Amino acid sequence: MSIDPNEEVRATFYQECEERLGDLEQGLLQMEKGAHDSETVNAVFRAVHSIKGGAGAFGMDPLVRFAHVFETTLDDMRSNRLPITQEVMRVMLRAADVLSDHVTCARDGVVPDESHSAALVAAMQALDRGGEHAAGDAHEAQAAGHGAAPSAGSAPGLAAVEPPAPTGPREWQISFRPAASMYAKANDAVLLLRELSRLGQLTVTLDTSGLPPLDEIDPESSYLSWSVRLQTEASEAEIREIFDFVEEECPLEILPPAGAKTADAPPPAPKPAAAVAAAPAAPPPPKPAEPEASAPPAAAAAPAAAARAPAAPAAAAPTIRVDLERVDRLINLVGELVIDQAVLAQRVVEAGLARSSDVAVGLEELEQLTREIQDSVMAIRAQPVRSVFQRMPRLVREVCSMTGKPAQLVTEGEGTEVDKTVIERLTDPITHMIRNAIDHGLEPVAKRLAAGKPAEGTIRLSARHRSGRIVIEVSDDGGGINRDVVRKKAIERGLIAAGATLSDEETDNLIFLPGFSTAETITDVSGRGVGMDVVRRSIQDLGGRISITSIPGKGSTFSMSLPLTLAVLDGMVVSVDTQTLVVPLTAIIETLQPRTGNLYDLGSGTVMAVRENYVPLIDVGAVLGYREEAAPPTNGVTLLVESEGRGRVALLVDAIQGQRQVVIKSLESNYGRVEGIAAATILGDGRVALILDVDAVIACRRRLAYRAADIPQLETAS
Amino acid sequence: MITEQTSQSNAPIAPSKDGERRELISFRIGTQDFCVDIMAVREIRGWTPATPLPHAPSYIRGVINLRGAVLPIVDLSARFGLGMTEPTARHVIIVANIGDRVVGLQVDAVSDILTATEELVQPTPDVASDMAKTFIRGILAMGERMLSLISLDRVLPQPEADAA
Repeated sequence: MSIDPNEEVRATFYQECEERLGDLEQGLLQMEKGAHDSETVNAVFRAVHSIKGGAGAFGMDPLVRFAHVFETTLDDMRSNRLPITQEVMRVMLRAADVLSDHVTCARDGVVPDESHSAALVAAMQALDRGGEHAAGDAHEAQAAGHGAAPSAGSAPGLAAVEPPAPTGPREWQISFRPAASMYAKANDAVLLLRELSRLGQLTVTLDTSGLPPLDEIDPESSYLSWSVRLQTEASEAEIREIFDFVEEECPLEILPPAGAKTADAPPPAPKPAAAVAAAPAAPPPPKPAEPEASAPPAAAAAPAAAARAPAAPAAAAPTIRVDLERVDRLINLVGELVIDQAVLAQRVVEAGLARSSDVAVGLEELEQLTREIQDSVMAIRAQPVRSVFQRMPRLVREVCSMTGKPAQLVTEGEGTEVDKTVIERLTDPITHMIRNAIDHGLEPVAKRLAAGKPAEGTIRLSARHRSGRIVIEVSDDGGGINRDVVRKKAIERGLIAAGATLSDEETDNLIFLPGFSTAETITDVSGRGVGMDVVRRSIQDLGGRISITSIPGKGSTFSMSLPLTLAVLDGMVVSVDTQTLVVPLTAIIETLQPRTGNLYDLGSGTVMAVRENYVPLIDVGAVLGYREEAAPPTNGVTLLVESEGRGRVALLVDAIQGQRQVVIKSLESNYGRVEGIAAATILGDGRVALILDVDAVIACRRRLAYRAADIPQLETAS
Repeated sequence: MITEQTSQSNAPIAPSKDGERRELISFRIGTQDFCVDIMAVREIRGWTPATPLPHAPSYIRGVINLRGAVLPIVDLSARFGLGMTEPTARHVIIVANIGDRVVGLQVDAVSDILTATEELVQPTPDVASDMAKTFIRGILAMGERMLSLISLDRVLPQPEADAA
């Protein structure tokens, strides 16, 4: 592949490919589930067609060749020549995978593995031949002709359209009436006519009856319609293909040849098309029609479009592509605005102005506005998790074929929105959990049948919002966690003491410990037991938690709860010594008042009695080095926190100032990582406050060789 | 690069023949004068109280908010081994780029903007001072004063700088 001067266009193309491939997969899956309506099939066809068109413009021949065969098969399905069966759908899904590989190869400049695509090309051509359509082989040769196709989105699709088995020219009656929105998208009737003229002999009639008097003409409206008599050997599908890109904005009527099905009937006498060609305008040759046609629409602009296109069925809301950096910059600026506004508000209070003063009232309005702006800006980054979920069906197919366990993937809540940075980092953990669910979760087929379950396992992937967080669950209907095996393994590996008593829940959670793998044989699917602890780590890094619930014989569910954004955090503002700190609210279970009665010395440390349990007391000020000596606990307040895998701990602080949402600022970008501190934020007085990393504080303290008697023996060897 | 031209240093504004002219900001810590390349300096601002960082070296005074960004403040006096300064409102913070980081340098006062050429920079005299070897890239004679040209690369604690 030669060096392309137009790297940016190329990047856009790959981005679009990404989306098209997603649509493709989505559509195919719907078809597999029985949605055979023309809209779905058309959407799938268009996705492949767009990719092919773009790839042709970039000269990606292997990709174009493959896409062409794919498209041909889809076209057969679209025109009902090829029945949509499960078998056909399997081939189509695999073809979608290979097409995606082709795109990846083209992007990375790698030579694609032709053996894969050759096998599928053969399979698809076999399908084509199996259908009534007998021209399968001819298609391959045609592929080269598509090189000249413009990139996806421009008006005329492909120039050369493959002729089916020769049937002799027939006369079609085509009428179309472009809506203003079609012109607004820079499409033009002239181009459509030109494409039609390539199919055969064309007689064009322009209908000007809709044209209002000159002084009433709206230059951005559309008044003209055309009826065309076309003598061609092309099929209806090929004619329709020309209108592919304008379909929604250009109501189209195609009447079959008057000679009905007799292919070689002589061209019938011109019949005026039913409703449309009312005007008695003499059929002019195509050329004179053109200037007239292009004049008013040339000036067409977007605003009029919406009003004029009521016929467009559920057209997608208009979107724009924006560089992520710009959005981030905006988010940062709004973050500063929020802080400045808070600083200003504090100053007003300090200045002793009454709450009812004009300044205070105006400031309150400003605050509301800033908050709204902040929410809307955050919403820009929010995206549905669909982009991650869409990659999973393929993964399931691959893992199934690798493990020999049949499974189907059911997804729910693909539309659930979450910040883009979170989405990007979700793929790996979800991939891992799905692999695990099939490899470890599902039992072998024989065992499933014996247990009275269907041979095919079900993996359920769902997303939903719950109290300001997103919850993602991966569940299987397999055998559940075998607690005896888990326990044995954990003892073997020295992760727990031999005599330790663990609840079922604690046992299940052992699989998250580093170096734990229950697979009796190590497979290349789930790797070597670096699994779930890595998943947990990456979820924690996102400020989330992961837990597992398992019912023996029924299956397991992994549940991840994640913040919707990495930019803000709900925190409890506390004071320690002279400092103000923020503790993430998600970590806090409750706040408790230490009293002399519920504190006990234990070795060099202190434990606090929390109902029936004793939890270690950690003086945050001492751990962070704000003070030398631990403060007397009874002067402060404790926050009972849950640390991942390390049990509960009471953090001692001096006082609680309140709860608030804070904007997370990185310490690492200008300084570096600070032990015990997750990040920083800026408070209402304009000063920086540090956000506590609860787990790290506990780990810090733990290094002082402190062990409470009551914590379950879950510590790792580290 | 160092030539006898250094004798003309009392006319630092004079354009040099072959050397590249550069502008330097000079500042004072205690009794000593220092300077840094002006291209590294983003702005100069008054002192504001910093939030201390746990486990940080003593010369890191903490972090401050600069229009939404969190930047560490280095007490250059402490960093150069000249003793901790008790910051007051009269102290000044030079906001500078070190690599792709932005850092605040706490100094006693900013004195001047000078123009100099590379030829005017003399090698650091060999004094028994780690500070001189670590941070001073060369010295400039400006009339009565001697300015130490510092390089900022090592001002931040190294392990942290590598970690992030």
